[in-house]
Amino acid sequence: MKRIYLGEFEEIVLLTVAVLGDGAYGVSISDAIEEQTGRSASLSAVHAALHRLQEKSMLHSRMGEATAERGGRRKRLFTVTALGNRTLNEIRTVRNRMWDSISPQNFPAVSI
Amino acid sequence: MPKNPQPPQWASRLLEWFCADHLLEEIQGDLEERFLRNVDLFGEQSAKRQYAVSVLGFIRPFALKNEKSPVPLYTQIMISNYFKIALRNLLKHKGYSFINIFGLATGMAVTMLIGLWVHDELSYDKSFKNYDRLGQLWQFVTFDVEKSSYTVLPIPLAKELRTKYPDVEAVSLSSNNLSLILDAGEKKMERKGNYVEPFFTDMLSVNMISGSKDGLKDVNSVLLSESSAEALFGDEDPLNKIIKIDNKASVKVAGVYKDFPFNTSFNDVSFLLPWSLYEATNPYVKSVTDAWDDNSFQIFVQLKTGADFEALSSKIRDIRMKMNNPPSYKPEFFIHPMSRWHLYSEFKNGLNTGGLIQFVWLFGIIGGFVLLLACINFMNLSTARSEKRAKEVGIRKAVGSVRTQLVMQFFSESLMVVLLSFILSLIIVQLSLPLFNEVAAKQIRILWENPLFWIAGLGFTLLTSVISGSYPALYLSSFQAVKVLKGTFRVGRFAAVPRKVLVVMQFTVSVTLIIGTVIVFRQIQHVKNLEVGYNRQGIIEVRLNTPELQGHYDELRTDLLETGAVVEVAESVGSITGSGGLTTNFSWKGKEPDSRPLLMGNNVTHDYGKTIGWEIVQGRDFSRNYSTDSSAVILSEATLKLTGFKNPLEEIVTHQGKPLKVIGIVKDIIKESPFQEIKPAFYVINYKAVDMIMVRLSEGMPVSTALEKVADVFRKHNPSSPFMYNFVDVQYGKKFKEEERIGKLSLFFTILAVMISCLGLFGLASFIAEQRTKEIGVRKVLGASVLNLWGLLSRDFLILVTISLFIASPLAYYFMNKWIEGYVIKTDITWWIFVGSGAGALLISLLTVSFQAIKAALMNPVRSLRSE
Repeated sequence: MKRIYLGEFEEIVLLTVAVLGDGAYGVSISDAIEEQTGRSASLSAVHAALHRLQEKSMLHSRMGEATAERGGRRKRLFTVTALGNRTLNEIRTVRNRMWDSISPQNFPAVSI
Repeated sequence: MPKNPQPPQWASRLLEWFCADHLLEEIQGDLEERFLRNVDLFGEQSAKRQYAVSVLGFIRPFALKNEKSPVPLYTQIMISNYFKIALRNLLKHKGYSFINIFGLATGMAVTMLIGLWVHDELSYDKSFKNYDRLGQLWQFVTFDVEKSSYTVLPIPLAKELRTKYPDVEAVSLSSNNLSLILDAGEKKMERKGNYVEPFFTDMLSVNMISGSKDGLKDVNSVLLSESSAEALFGDEDPLNKIIKIDNKASVKVAGVYKDFPFNTSFNDVSFLLPWSLYEATNPYVKSVTDAWDDNSFQIFVQLKTGADFEALSSKIRDIRMKMNNPPSYKPEFFIHPMSRWHLYSEFKNGLNTGGLIQFVWLFGIIGGFVLLLACINFMNLSTARSEKRAKEVGIRKAVGSVRTQLVMQFFSESLMVVLLSFILSLIIVQLSLPLFNEVAAKQIRILWENPLFWIAGLGFTLLTSVISGSYPALYLSSFQAVKVLKGTFRVGRFAAVPRKVLVVMQFTVSVTLIIGTVIVFRQIQHVKNLEVGYNRQGIIEVRLNTPELQGHYDELRTDLLETGAVVEVAESVGSITGSGGLTTNFSWKGKEPDSRPLLMGNNVTHDYGKTIGWEIVQGRDFSRNYSTDSSAVILSEATLKLTGFKNPLEEIVTHQGKPLKVIGIVKDIIKESPFQEIKPAFYVINYKAVDMIMVRLSEGMPVSTALEKVADVFRKHNPSSPFMYNFVDVQYGKKFKEEERIGKLSLFFTILAVMISCLGLFGLASFIAEQRTKEIGVRKVLGASVLNLWGLLSRDFLILVTISLFIASPLAYYFMNKWIEGYVIKTDITWWIFVGSGAGALLISLLTVSFQAIKAALMNPVRSLRSE
């Protein structure tokens, strides 16, 4: 099966776009990542990742409406494409399958 | 209301400058949104800082403006494909590629060498700051009918120029370039230098390392060049050290100057002594301070800015002739500007006839031709090869190449090959420079830092690649794909005509060069074989440079003869191989009153004739048995011819008012340039005015032992100076230096030209042989012999070479005849030179072609016919 690999940061950005739904654009994604993972993500890093994901056809983008708050500049709004969705699903399936195949005695000692 | 906070302007500008247009809006928007939030959270300062940091963070590939984006992707791929195909083609045909690249590189290298040489010649003396304003005084004098030119002048002329001519800024007298012994106590050596006036250092913008330029104002001082200071004192500080000059005067080192650059007229001036010292130590100089007719010194002038050499020359021309009692030799003074010293130094009968500039032209033209040969080769081979690629063109067209793309392809291919050759030629030049410098007596290096060099080199590369690439690019790309692929395409009958013309041109140049070189060498050999009139083997000459040697002839002679290493000893004025004692003050019975021929008067001792081994034709040699010989004279054959004496042994001649009895006639002795007519000469006994001792070593003893014994005698008599001597035959050989250098250089160029031509012929022959593989196969099957096939393949080329022989011979005759007319003593240009050179060229080309022809003829026909 041919697969497109995603970097870890790319995966997080892609997931965040999915979480944010209609309102995903640079600043909101960067804020959300910080909120969700606790680590800060610079705007430039986020933009670079979005750019790459778009090149891989996992994101689709359109320009939003102009608003007053950004000096009248439009936002670029991102949505996850079908390919992006499938990739996320695949990653999740693979991870789950691997988690499931860990035998209990080898399970890392996590206190319950 | 608080002012609206704004992000830092420089950061926004920077972003606008580097960010790709289609991303700018969103990025700017995001940054500003974040900025406004940060202002609320952390304050304006911190927000501004973070804004700037974020902008810098966007300097990433994805956000940058992409300059290349307008070029479609496929074009990029195609261009890299062109280079790939070009490289594959080169590697597939290694032989051709080698011939092509190496041939062109050799041609380029030769041209580069010549170009560097020409550049060096043209920039001669230019390193002097006052280059445009410096000049040297010359004079034309009329002895008999012709005007001769001299650089030696009377001393009072300098004062006259200094005081009466406002255009002159400075004047300096100078001695000739003298060899003197510098004695620094521990180390002694002979070096060349001049006595000059103090202003000389300013005129030549002498570059002082230590001490002062004005050092020459003090009588007992010397300025040393850096190299001679190092040779004398090593690492010690030379300033204020004492040096003895010729064991006569002691002088203090007042300064050290940087050696004059090698490509200047003063490169052999390794010390400067004050003129005042010259006057103080040399009574002769002192005595002629006001003598207008004693021409022994050089004068250099510096003009004021804007002054004209020509105008001033015409003003000073008749200074002497306007005075009372003008001399009979009618001096005409003029100033020769520094810009013309090196290249235009020859005068004939009062007119400048050029000089080295002729060689600059000659070699420039040869260089152009060699380059042309290499280019012809390159074009010939690449066009020949490109016909093979008609199929490739067809296929490219069939899959959608448009014509411009094919044109691009062939141009980029030839550019690549030419660039490779250029790089290779740089390497060749760098490696061959040491040898070239030795032959050409130059110190040339590649002008890496000169933009002109690169412009010329790369410009030429571009030109060659366009010219050689134009045939395949423009012609092949016009083929119709269908015809080529169907195989109905034929290269036109006349496609080979330009190639043949080029081969003829190539060989015309080569054969002309061969003939020229043969004639140059014959001329040198002819002059070398002339009888010099004495036996120059085994004689050494020692200059009588110190008071200890002068005037002690008898003691020296006895001691030298006692060693057993010496056959005979004599003294004379000047070397046997130099001209000296030129005089017009010589008359005889029956001389025309107006004629003033120039003769060489030689002061010699009794044993001169025996020492050098001259040949007495009539009469007898000098002898101690006749006390009357002190007023006797021996004439040379040329003098005999001049005077027209029927019975010379009964004649009396007058030299400087003194009557001299003719006692003998000797064969002419070549003292000056052997390429010129021999001047009439006469010999008189004079033990006082002599400055050179010549010693004939005995033949029975090894030279080194004999020399050691002679050296001992000299050290005994003259302990203060090193023993320095010259072999007469070596000195004589130096007279051919210039001609031999030309000979060597032209030999070098000829070999290269022939080599390049043959390389091209070789390539073409192998190409033709390959093209006719099938034909040869069929012929063999039908019974053709190897000899038949060899003739078939070689004939075409030999016809071309023969044609070029017929063009080259008259050309070479014309040019070489002109060259040889410049000499008085000349060899004849005979028919066999042309026949021989032609036969040689034919033989070489036949060998070149035969290799391929025989290889093709020996091939098994089964192989060549099976391939389809």
